[in-house]
Amino acid sequence: MTVEYVRTDEDAPPVGVIEKPRWTPARIVVWAAIGVVAGLGWVMIAFVRGEETSASWFVAAAVGSYLLAYRFYAKFIQWKICKPDVTRATPAEINDNGRDFTPTDRRVLFGHHFAAISGAGPLVGPVLAAQMGYLPGTLWIVFGVILAGGVQDYMVLYFSTRRNGRSLGQMARDELGTVGGIIASIGIILIMVILIAVLGVVIINALAESPWGVFSIAMTIPIALFMGVYMRFLRPGAVVETSVIGVVLLILAIVAGGWVNYDPVWSEFFHLDRSTLAWCLMIYGFLAAVLPVWVLLAPRDYLSTFMKIGTILLLAVGIVVVNPTVQMPAVTEFAFNSDGPAFAGSLFPFLFITIACGALSGFHALISSGTTPKLVEKESQIRMIGYGGMIMESFVAIMALVAAVSLDKGIYFAMNAAEPLTGGTAQGAADFINNSLGMSGVETNAAELEQAAKDVGEESIISRTGGAPTLALGMAHILHQLPGFGGQAAMSFWYHFAVMFEALFILTTIDAGTRVARFMLSDLLGNFVKRFRDPSWTVGAWMTTFIMVAAWGSILLMGVTDPLGGINTLFPLFGISNQLLAAIALAVVFAIVCKSGYAKYAWIPGIPLAADLAVTMTASWQKIFSSDPKLGYWAQHFAYRDAVNAGETSLGNTEGAEAMNAVVRNTFVQGTLSIVFAVVVVLVVVMALWVSYKAVAGSTVTSSEEPHTPTTYFAPASFIATKAEKEVEAQWDEYRREKGLTKPGVGGH
Amino acid sequence: MSTTASRRTDPAVPTGAVGADGGVTGALRLVLRAVLRTLRGLHWYLKEVMGENAYLHYLESYRRRHGTDEGAMGAREFWKDLTDEQDRNPKARCC
Repeated sequence: MTVEYVRTDEDAPPVGVIEKPRWTPARIVVWAAIGVVAGLGWVMIAFVRGEETSASWFVAAAVGSYLLAYRFYAKFIQWKICKPDVTRATPAEINDNGRDFTPTDRRVLFGHHFAAISGAGPLVGPVLAAQMGYLPGTLWIVFGVILAGGVQDYMVLYFSTRRNGRSLGQMARDELGTVGGIIASIGIILIMVILIAVLGVVIINALAESPWGVFSIAMTIPIALFMGVYMRFLRPGAVVETSVIGVVLLILAIVAGGWVNYDPVWSEFFHLDRSTLAWCLMIYGFLAAVLPVWVLLAPRDYLSTFMKIGTILLLAVGIVVVNPTVQMPAVTEFAFNSDGPAFAGSLFPFLFITIACGALSGFHALISSGTTPKLVEKESQIRMIGYGGMIMESFVAIMALVAAVSLDKGIYFAMNAAEPLTGGTAQGAADFINNSLGMSGVETNAAELEQAAKDVGEESIISRTGGAPTLALGMAHILHQLPGFGGQAAMSFWYHFAVMFEALFILTTIDAGTRVARFMLSDLLGNFVKRFRDPSWTVGAWMTTFIMVAAWGSILLMGVTDPLGGINTLFPLFGISNQLLAAIALAVVFAIVCKSGYAKYAWIPGIPLAADLAVTMTASWQKIFSSDPKLGYWAQHFAYRDAVNAGETSLGNTEGAEAMNAVVRNTFVQGTLSIVFAVVVVLVVVMALWVSYKAVAGSTVTSSEEPHTPTTYFAPASFIATKAEKEVEAQWDEYRREKGLTKPGVGGH
Repeated sequence: MSTTASRRTDPAVPTGAVGADGGVTGALRLVLRAVLRTLRGLHWYLKEVMGENAYLHYLESYRRRHGTDEGAMGAREFWKDLTDEQDRNPKARCC
């Protein structure tokens, strides 16, 4: 081990410790053992398979691979491109204002960053992808994060930190020029609209016709209002206390949901159909975006963070302790054809589209630029926060996948086949699965499906598409087996607990997303009407909020009333838009790498960029040009339009003139959006490649980095401080005591 | 000046008295101490991640920049300002 100490001030202790560890035999043995465990996990799930594949092999394969990737690949990226300069002050140190810019303990920032990037995406995508079997999804989640998702989050965070925490849109403008920047900004707004709408469809599918679910989610609004008032006027700053009260009330609301469910009058009152719920969601979204943050948004955010951390830990414990046996085969027929009931399309490209968050999520680039970089203490910590945070998210996706594939296959497909296929009844679903699912080895009957619904206190679980109900059932299936968690009798509680947990995520994304989108729109409109830039102009705020809610609301309504099953047609658009955002982020990163003279290593963002483009462009192409009406929006559009024009009132599973017209309208919107998304991204990528080419061909090295400011600060690089780092920290404590200085940075060591 | 603040946010500073019970053996005392330290660490982490210590950190930062507490916002004012700031500057939550 060689240790080098770096100083910016000869009289002060070192600001950096550069350690070059030697490969001692013990170290080699440890890493070899991690490799063996990971390898064994992969062999067990990929080749041995058998009837008794248990969840622990998934954990071994995933965690082992994560450790290797973090230690070797992320370090390689750090070594070649994201070179941390220990003498360089970060934006947090330079602009410290004790608020949005402030050096934050690396472990705390890791938690903040993870809480901000993780949402419902990594939970529902893998559940839908489970129709292809567990293996394709597992491989993509683990290797996707290693080669694509982690790389994107890490590099965006690094480059944004070097640029004073500038946002992705601003970086695009800096690197690609004004036109490129504006196109990228429009793309970002459109993508947010579709994300919010599809998440809305997901949650409405979980709540429709479920009095228990609707009641307990509705109760989160008065609970949040109470928390808001409590924190504003009674106990300002008592965040944990308020959140604990909120969670207790939340659990009461879930319990009370059971009473509502079994009460004939109240259950009727909370028994709402999809369209009504969609309208409720729009009204809620509008109010949440125009009301002051303290009333609703801030308390909900606390609640959602608390539940997120708690439930994810709980699920991890559940999977390790219960160690459920996997029911789904490694690979199913639906990996090779486009007949899967949960979503249409074959493995390439649609597996990679369906599992976006958890493997590669463009949305993270919006957090990795703008928010997190303003809080980083030291550049050397970016690998841990950016790459490490994404690994955590990937693990959440693996857990969701495990929860889904350990469910009974019959139940899984009964829940995830859209209503036109099952007719919405247990008998219809059983007939569909036994006779026309198109996958061997799946059998069920109506009694079994009815019992499964009864177990979780629902009238029916048939055609509860969207992934959230399936995950809730999978989680209930695992959690109720934990010792002391109530056994079979508690299944219904855990099911609704899981629905609540997902709904909280999604509602937080919807209200925060609407607000952010409204600001983006004001900014864009401000180019033409200056007054829109004034945040205190209430009419403007209401107008822009209304436009954004109308935009996602109309897609939401379209999704929940879609005669073909909204998730089946809309989810691919959700995945495509998220992956296209990733393409924009990776293209910007690619351009920066080339412009800063690292073209030799441009393959590091280049590989995920190329793969992502191949996936999204193929998917877009198929969605736009495929002649298979199951797959192509336009093929479907023309098939239905011709039928309507010929005076027919039914086609395939669609019955009635109104439904026929709805399909014609929906496929037109979906087809148009597909084209717009693809064109926007192609434009951004072409511009990025052009500036990269110019930089490489002209051998010009330009930089939009902020100038170097020497740091007067030290902090360890990774989760656990090394011996040398602890010594330097002690020197700093001593030095500050002597000089009577306050320690910069937040809490802890 | 910052001793109170750093004490309250620092898991490594032992504040409880564990060693007073003479009946338990040294080993047990060590275990107890480790458990307490872990619990305290978890509590610290929870408070930090949830943002409960935001005001303390604001004060630390203010002292660093101005060398005094004078002119800094009071706790109530700070928490009010914190949420009001989000009205003007919303943060995205991911999907």
